Amino acid sequence: MSGKTLLEVEDLRINFPTRIGQVQAVRGVSFSLGRERLGIVGESGSGKSQTGRAIMGLTPPQAEVTAKTLAFDGIDLLAAPPRERRALRGKRIAMILQDPKYSLDPVMSIGRQIVETLRTHERVSKAEARDRALAMLEAVQIRDPARVFDLHPHEVSGGMGQRAMIAMMLIAGPEMMIADEPTSALDVTVQLDVLGILDRLVSERGMGLIFISHDLRLVSSFCDRVIVMYAGKVVEQLKASELRDAQHPYTRGLLNCMPRIGFERHPLPVLDRKPEWAA
Amino acid sequence: MNAALSVDGLEVIFDRFRALKGVSLEVRSGESYGLVGESGSGKSTLLRAIAGLAPIASGSITVNGKTLGKNRDKAFYREVQMVFQDPYGSLHPRQTVDRLLQEPLAIHGFADGEKRIIRALDEVGLGTGFRFRYAHQLSGGQRQRVAIARALILEPSILLLDEPTSALDASVQAEVLNLLEEVRRRRKLTFLMVSHDLAIITHMCERLMVMQSGEAIENLTASQLVGHRVAKDYTRNLLRASEGFVRTARAD
Repeated sequence: MSGKTLLEVEDLRINFPTRIGQVQAVRGVSFSLGRERLGIVGESGSGKSQTGRAIMGLTPPQAEVTAKTLAFDGIDLLAAPPRERRALRGKRIAMILQDPKYSLDPVMSIGRQIVETLRTHERVSKAEARDRALAMLEAVQIRDPARVFDLHPHEVSGGMGQRAMIAMMLIAGPEMMIADEPTSALDVTVQLDVLGILDRLVSERGMGLIFISHDLRLVSSFCDRVIVMYAGKVVEQLKASELRDAQHPYTRGLLNCMPRIGFERHPLPVLDRKPEWAA
Repeated sequence: MNAALSVDGLEVIFDRFRALKGVSLEVRSGESYGLVGESGSGKSTLLRAIAGLAPIASGSITVNGKTLGKNRDKAFYREVQMVFQDPYGSLHPRQTVDRLLQEPLAIHGFADGEKRIIRALDEVGLGTGFRFRYAHQLSGGQRQRVAIARALILEPSILLLDEPTSALDASVQAEVLNLLEEVRRRRKLTFLMVSHDLAIITHMCERLMVMQSGEAIENLTASQLVGHRVAKDYTRNLLRASEGFVRTARAD
């Protein structure tokens, strides 16, 4: 942990009422975040994305979110009125989603979307907003910002779209960023470029980052700390550098079952899921 | 060695865009061959062109010594079957597993359908309990097993695999990869497999081809790739990217 705590989560629970009863997507998750890079890893259905969404306040209305503590910089997020949460969203807490094809507005130019974010949260003139948007596009290493500013999302590549998304999220200067699978839709080589940009901006601005991913190895090479989730619970919390010494059989199995270049294993070890992991 | 599949100077053109620019390839019988490259490199297009799903402008494809014409006949699909990337999109949502597996049997006029369906489900580790379920009642891994069962039910000799595990969780991926290896060994199948993940390709394949913007830029054996004995910078970049994020030291 470095510096003061930005986010405090204690005993977070998310329930979805369905026809066949309550589905408990998240069951008592606790962690805290400072100005660091925290990875949340798990398979589909482990509750990792719902955890991120609950912090952002994007849980679907029918779901029920409870927690002993869910506080961002001392603000009780669950008790805060919608107006206050709206002011936080985008301004102090930002979120990047998986696929820029779906998370950008298809009928608005990239530049206008970035300017919209800025002018929602700050009183700036149109000219200044444009200048800052262009500077931000440059900061995410888009070579010709003036051209990209006027393009629509369908006219740019996935990597470019994701950079635009990062630019949009960072323009209001958030203190915390939640990145939900920010590079899963991208090619491996582009993936590393985008991660490099994210890494630089996060450390330069001293932001707290929650990096949600299914890719344990990628997360451990990028983050300072890793939380491993299984069936809505945290099964293990550890430093990324100590991943090799992971204790929980699930974490070890997850690490083990991926093919690796230069390590021949036939057949690959598979996860032997134990019912007590989900207990 | 006799070639199970050979492709010579294959060109695919969509409108005016050349998706494949004269690609040649030879896969030996019983071999597992990998295609790698970034999105847009043409690796999936090559697979789809072989299966008859992409417009071929020129070049030739030969399967088990028989050169293919413009249209694929039934005999071709007896020999060559394909497994697609997205198990959510490639299974009919309103058909039961049983109905899905009957389709290829009906097309090819097999009489012993009952026996084959039971055996195919057994072979992919699903068992007959799954026979009358719908795709939405299955997990991603189970769906991909059904897709593999459907491809295997005609007893083809060549399987075309288009990113068969990239939509699956890591632990499920391991199970499906193991299954594919096992059926290949048991049935002496030939694989042509597309993946963006070099680790999967080196795990599954003996030889591979690296593709970039519609061209084959390098042919390698898996051990050459593992030993980093590659000629092209593009391949080196792919290798580096597959090793995860490396924080570059900055002068602060």
